[in-house]
Formats: sequence, structure tokens, C-alpha cells
Amino acid sequence: MDNGKDILLSVQDLKVYFHLNQRLAQAVDGVSYEVRKGETVCLVGESGCGKTVSALTTLGLIPQPPGEIAGGQVLFKGQNLLDLGDDEMQKIRGNHIAMVFQEPMTSLNPVFTVGDQVQEAIMVHEKVSKTELRQRSVQLLEDVGLPAPEERLADYPHQLSGGQRQRVMIAMALACNPEVVIADEPTTALDVTIQAQILNLFGELQRERDLSLLYITHDLGVVANIADRIYIMYAGIIVEQGSAPEIFHDPRHPYTQGLLASLPNRAKRGARLHSIPGTVPDPAYKPGGCPFHPRCNLAIETCQSRFPEMCDYGNGHQSRCPVLYDGNG
Amino acid sequence: MATRADARCCMMATGEGYNLDMEQMEQAGNIVLKVEGLKKHFPVRRGFFQRVMGSIQAVDGVDFDIEAGKTLGLVGESGCGKSTVSRLILKLLEPDEGKVIFQGQDISGLSQNQMKPLRKEMQIIFQDPYGSLNPRMTIGESIEEGLRTLGVKGQAERKARVEKLLEMVGISASAAYRYPHEFSGGQRQRIGIARALSVDPSLIVCDEPVSALDVSIQAQIINLLKDLQTQLGLSYLFIAHDLHVVGYVSDTVAVMYLGHIMEYAPADELYDKPLHPYTLALLSAVPVPEPDKRCELKALSGDVPSPLDPLPGCRFQGRCPLVEERCREDEIKFYQAGENHRVRCWKVIAG
Amino acid sequence: MMRDAADTVTPGFQVDDPVALQQGFGQLLKQNRLAMIGLAVFVVFFCIALLGLGLTSGRNPTFDPSVVRLQEKLRPPLSKPNLETLSTEDVPRLGVYLFGTDDLGRDVFARMLQGAWVSLTVGFVAVGISVFIGIFMGGIAGYFGQRHTFIDTLIMRFVDIMLCFPSFFLILTVVALLPASMYNIMIIIGLTSWMGTTRFVRAEFLSLREQDFVTAARALGVSNFRIIFRHMIPNAIAPVLVSATIGIASAILTEAGLSFLGFGVPPPHATWGGILSDGKRFIFDAPWLTFAPGFAILIVVLSFNLFGEGLRDILNPKLRERQG
Repeated sequence: MDNGKDILLSVQDLKVYFHLNQRLAQAVDGVSYEVRKGETVCLVGESGCGKTVSALTTLGLIPQPPGEIAGGQVLFKGQNLLDLGDDEMQKIRGNHIAMVFQEPMTSLNPVFTVGDQVQEAIMVHEKVSKTELRQRSVQLLEDVGLPAPEERLADYPHQLSGGQRQRVMIAMALACNPEVVIADEPTTALDVTIQAQILNLFGELQRERDLSLLYITHDLGVVANIADRIYIMYAGIIVEQGSAPEIFHDPRHPYTQGLLASLPNRAKRGARLHSIPGTVPDPAYKPGGCPFHPRCNLAIETCQSRFPEMCDYGNGHQSRCPVLYDGNG
Repeated sequence: MATRADARCCMMATGEGYNLDMEQMEQAGNIVLKVEGLKKHFPVRRGFFQRVMGSIQAVDGVDFDIEAGKTLGLVGESGCGKSTVSRLILKLLEPDEGKVIFQGQDISGLSQNQMKPLRKEMQIIFQDPYGSLNPRMTIGESIEEGLRTLGVKGQAERKARVEKLLEMVGISASAAYRYPHEFSGGQRQRIGIARALSVDPSLIVCDEPVSALDVSIQAQIINLLKDLQTQLGLSYLFIAHDLHVVGYVSDTVAVMYLGHIMEYAPADELYDKPLHPYTLALLSAVPVPEPDKRCELKALSGDVPSPLDPLPGCRFQGRCPLVEERCREDEIKFYQAGENHRVRCWKVIAG
Repeated sequence: MMRDAADTVTPGFQVDDPVALQQGFGQLLKQNRLAMIGLAVFVVFFCIALLGLGLTSGRNPTFDPSVVRLQEKLRPPLSKPNLETLSTEDVPRLGVYLFGTDDLGRDVFARMLQGAWVSLTVGFVAVGISVFIGIFMGGIAGYFGQRHTFIDTLIMRFVDIMLCFPSFFLILTVVALLPASMYNIMIIIGLTSWMGTTRFVRAEFLSLREQDFVTAARALGVSNFRIIFRHMIPNAIAPVLVSATIGIASAILTEAGLSFLGFGVPPPHATWGGILSDGKRFIFDAPWLTFAPGFAILIVVLSFNLFGEGLRDILNPKLRERQG
């Protein structure tokens, strides 16, 4: 698993900055992660930590300006996507890497039918006859578990429920058999029972198609249920990475520890919840040194000035907290 | 009323712990709010002449009660009517039928004027910390609105009270002169809580107070709400869709589906022995943050149906795994399944 | 493994430093160059108009717009008066006809000065009236309309009826019936242009009503009056201001149009539209008579439109949030 052979997507030291009048927001500040064939990688973090920006950058969807890719590489099968022009990028998008967005309400165009939109997703990359187009879109909608797919083709997005719309979005993402699907909080806007349906659907699709999934979320419950490997992001950097059991049972960064401890559940009733003090920093006003130090209960003086390096715990489990690392010997 | 608030504020400021006063001791265990057969249907009008084409049965016969100093969790998926319940209790909407009995007084028939002294007894905290504060008013002005209706005269007096309230929710007093956009979501939520506390209420309706917040901030707000509850003897109606949060904060939980309460039980009992198939489905659909317990989430099939003109019989019939002929015909009553445990399913009662 | 973090409820938990998430109104305005140009041009015109009012009125004005010099008619701009044929008090103050003279030999520059004040006051007063009516009617329809549907229906159908009239001809009819005076014209323009603002304010109020902070105010027991004036109008005023600036431009045009057709402010008082109208007969012999007022109207209207557009961008909450 650790030989880099089947790494499909590899983001290396990516830096994405945004120029907002007079200020520079370092939304993504040196992030590296990789997605291997057939695995589910979760990018976990709170709002403004740069998880969505880093994913959008891999698809070349960052508006420039105000955005600026200040450094790093996005390698897809060894090819740096950041070097590609718009036309070449268009061929990658959808065809090799596809994306599912958070808001199923706004990601579909309200004036076109479901059929139109699914068929368009196919036609962008492939030339196929009309009958085949129809067959394939029905098949796609059936694959994502939409009931009565033949009839759904003529429906408009407003006639579908939120969960059904998200299924259509997934069908469109799968239209050209991509190798990697990036899902940006696809279930956040959905009810729990519908979220469970969609998560199960992702699981099925992945098994059937050997799909690689880069799943962006802030919900640790969801992460625990689907992730093979996890990257925890905070203020534009990755603070901890590792396999799901390692992150959940043996977190080695105070932020990860704090997050897990602050989750409410029934068992903790009566006891005070652990809470991380302070607020998530604005990407334009990040504290120096370790960005987590103002909220960290382990912070020592060096944390304020020295940017923490990755400490290796073996098996790909790494954390950016030298204080904890030294403490454990 | 004002004196009680004063006493609380002062004690908070001086850092003394304090106990429930005698009056509240007597009330403990008493029922602050009792809701009986609450109904609200919104007519749906269509066409040029605005004819009534049907009605959205947002709330259709809801009963529950909240004890003093306790929390009732109200859970349900979107469109189940839980927000409408909160608006009905606060009398921001008029119920079509049913009673809202607050501290022994039926408020559903009261006029705006009669309602005025009771208004400040019940307050609300909102989900969206960005929409809940007037962007054109400073934090201090927003909180002062409550003090004004309370009849606190004198600017200096009000200012001092605002600062105390801000400190109570963990915001520095200098914040009073700033505008909402200068604060993060969690801080705005604290300010919203301060505004609710400004009139010294005994019941606070928390309408999804943490679901729009970041994970690390959620715990702060939940702790704050819990602390305030013990300090001030508040009762909460805690509306949420996150079962983990509800399980943590609530003493009693009501599960709502399409305008009906499906199950109503003490929190422990509901989580350990859920009786209604919907509660069961809801609980098994929630992903648990334990990678070892990973299994296929038991997903209910189908979508949450529209509350527009629901079918007769059980509201859950379309998605229920146990559905039978009788569920489609009979009006399903709220059965007693144990002490304080009620469930709207005849099959459960029949065994 | 995990120590309890600092208690978040302890007094003295500090708010983060005041992050200047949002820039001030002035700063945003400075960055919007077109809006700044519009504002500057408008300020210049306003000063000129104010100055012009002082210089052209009174018993013995510095620039007398009403002196008739028949022997000096239709002189081109910058031409010198023939001092031999003029009595000394009739000689233009600057010793030159800056914008030439009209068919009665009146100094066009002096007349333009006098007309500037009329145009601007017509614009402001008419829009003031329309904004006032608009906020009032829109506010009532938006705030009370949900509970008392008939009020909403009544107001909005009345708006529809008013919008059905071709308003310029309505104004023409009314002006023809009423005695022509500057104030009548302002009032009539105001009374026929409030419908847009009403719709605007109603829509704003309908969406503001559903905002949580308004619900919170109602839950606190704040009175309807205070909710409307303290919570809703300040939040609804931005788009109204924008439409008002553009409304001023159109009111100036309406007045000019009326004067052009001969229904405007009665002579001898000069208005830009009136000068334009008088000059049209001599457009080939004395083009300055149409160009001078035409140009002035164009620039003022343009500056208002630019400013209004800029204001819309600046007050756009989405844009402001993006700054933050």
C-alpha cells in the first residue's frame, strides 16, 4: 500500500492565495495529499480551513484573480494539472476527475430536464448516437438508485427531492467513468436518513467501479463510516494524516484530539463537553508559527514562532505537533 | 421581574455561585409549558383567484410538556414541522387548534396586549448566526432592545446590564459597540443568547442552535447553554436534527415526523429502547464516529414525503418496513408504552 | 490524554482582536472610480446651482438672465458685446457672452445658471416625494400585507393601475389643467413616480419579515412601530437610495421634457428644458442654444446614474461580504 504505484492523484505542497483588497488570504498554504486507486480519502476540517479550495484547485476551478496558485503541483497519473491549458484541463474534468457539490438545489440548472443535463455530461466528452445517449443516461440514473429512471429523464430539477437531486448529480459525475470523484460535503444539506442512502450509494459505486473517492466533510461520524485514510486540515495546512483507526483511536495532534473529544453524544450526558477555546482563524489573519497555537492547551513558547514540521509515527500516520511527539519520546 | 434579573447579573459578575431561589425550588418538577393538541395547517392557494387547493399540515396534533429546568429535545427531518412548533409556542404564529399552556395559563387565546408580559418569559435562539442579528445595529443596541421592553430606564443602567449579559455569555464587554459582521459565527451565537437572556426568560426555544456552527465551536455553545441552564434554572425546547447533540442535551426527547410526534420518551429510554420504526430508522441512519463499528448504515428507503395533504392513517406508512393494511386506514393514536413513554404506532403496542 | 480546555464561560474570555472584516463605506466608494467621478461632477453642479441661485436672483443680480438686448440677439459663444449700442447696465458682467445669446439677446450663461437650480430642486423634491410615498405604501403592504391580505392587494393593484398610465402623458394632462408653477411640477412628477419604490420596499420588507432578527425582535415584544423604523427600514433603505439617485436623473429629464414641450416652469424663469425648447427653432443658426442646456442635462443625468450604479455595487451586501 505504501509503494506509490497506484497513486492516482497527488497534490504536493499546494499553495493557493486569494487577493482581497489589500489583504492576502492564504487559503491553502502548503498542502500535500494523495489518493490511491479504489480508496476513500477524507479531507476533514472546519469552515475556512481550505479543504474546498484545495479540491477545486485540482480541477482548475479557482477563479484567477482573485485566486493565485502560489506554488506546488497537482499530479494526476504523473501529469501536473497546473501546467495544462483550459482545453486540456477540460478533457480531464469529468472524464478522469469528476466533482459532486454540496448544494443539490443549485448545482442543477432549473430550466433543463434531468435527461438533458445527464446527457450533456456524456456528450461533453464522447460522441455517441442519440439512442445510445438515452440508454446510457437511463443506465446511469438506475445505477445511482433513482426510481423509475425512464420517467425521471423528462423531469425538471424542482420536481425531485434533495436526495434525488444529489443522486442525479452523482450520475452526472459518473457519466464518463471518471477514475477519481471529488465529493465536497455531498450530504451536508440532506436529512440523516437521506444521508445514509447517499453514503451507502457511494460505497456501492466504489466497489462496483473501483472508484477513488476524495470526500470533503466536517462530519466526523461520516468520516468514520467511509474513510480509508484521513487528512485533518486546519487553517490551510494538514495537521494530521493517517488511516481511519489511527486517527480515531490514537490521534496525535491536539486539534484532532480536541475535535474528537468535543463531539457530543448521549454517553457524555451530565459531563461537561470538552471544548476547544477560541474561534477558527480568518484565512487572512492567521497566527504565526503553528496556526493552532492560540487555541492549543499544549502550546509552548516555540509554537508561536516555529512552523511545526510533520512528525512520523509510522504506517503513514503523521502529525504536525512536535510538542506531542517529543513528549511521547 | 427586573430585580430577579439584577440579582442574577450581579451574582454572575461577582463570580459567586448561586442556587435556585425559593420560588424556583417550588417550581422545580413543575411543568412550565404544556402543549395540547396543537394544530397548524397552512392553506395552499393557487391560480388567479387564489383558491385554496389544499393545506400543508405542518403541525397536526402535537402534545408535550416541559418541566422547569429541564430540556425537551425535538428531533425530526426537514419539513417535519419542528420549526412551526417553536413559532406557535412563542405565539409568533396563531395555532388553528389546541392549547399552549405556559405556567398554568393558556396563551393561545391571548391578544397581543395580554401577551406582552408573557413575551419576555419565552425567548428564542436561532440556527443561522448571520441572520439573527440586525446588521445595522451594534451588539449593544440589539441586546438593549430586550431591556427596553423590560422597562429598564436610563441609558447608563441599560449599558451596565448589556455588559453583564455579554460577560455571562463569554464575550468581552467592549463588543457592545461593534457590529455583527465583526464577529465569527460562534460569537454571534453567544450574542444571540445574550439577547434572549436580556429579558430574563424562563423558557428558551433553541431552534437548531448549533447546526450551522463548526464542530469545535458547537461544544462551546452547548456547554454555555448547559451552564446557563444550571445557573439560571432555564427550561429549553431544543430543536435539532442531530441525534448526537439532542441525546447529549435533552432530558426528554420527542421525535417528529410530518406534523406528528411519533415517539416521546425520556432520552435514555428513547435511545436504548426505541419503539417506533421511525425512531429506529433515524437512530441507525446516524453515522457514529467509531471506525470499528463501521457497517452499512441502515437507510430508510424513499424520501421525506411532502406535508401537503398527507394520506389518511399513519404518516410514516410510505417508508415503514412494518406497514400493514391497518396503518393506511385507521387514525393512529398516541399510545402509552410505559411511564412517560408514548408512541404513535399500534403495532408496537400490539407487540 | 486530553486536558480540559479553558472554560469558555469564564468572564474575561476575550473576543479576538477586531478583525476589520469589512471596509468602511468611504473606502469602498473611493475604490469605485466611476461612482467617485459621478459624485464629484454632481457636487460641482450643485455648487454652481447654489452659486447661480445667488448670482441670478435679487433686485440687482450679478448675472441678470432677464435683460433683453434685441440688438445683440443670437450672438455665438465667447463673442464680445457691442458696447456702443448697449446701455451700461445691460453689459454682461464678464464682458463676454460665455454661452452666446438667444433670440431676444438674453445671456444664455446667466439663464443656464438660473436653470441649474430649478433642474436640481425638481429632481430632489420630486424624488423626495416619491421615495416618501414609496416607503410608506411599500412598508404597509410588506409588513401588514401578510395578515391583512386585502391591504396588500389594494395597494399593489393601485400600483399596477398607476403603472398602466403612460406617466408622461398623465403629467402633461395634469400640468395643462393646473396653473403652471415650479412646485406643481415637482409634486406631479413625484406623485407619478413612486410605484417602483413601493414595489421595491414591499419586496424588501417581505424578505426582511422572515429574517431571524425581526422574529427575535417580535419575540422580545418590540412594538410594530419600532420594528418597522428601527429594524426594517434601515435594512431596506440601501436599494431605495440607489433607485432614488437614478430617479433624480429621470425627474430632471422629465422636467426638461415638459419645459421642452412648453408645459414646464413658466417664463420668464429659465430652465434647461425651456432654453432647449426655445433654441430648437434656431438649431442651424444658433446651435449653442440647444447644445449648452443639452450638454448640461446629459452630464448631470450621467453623473447621477454613475453614482447610483456605484452606490448599488457598494451597498450590495454580497459584495460587501466578499470583501470580508
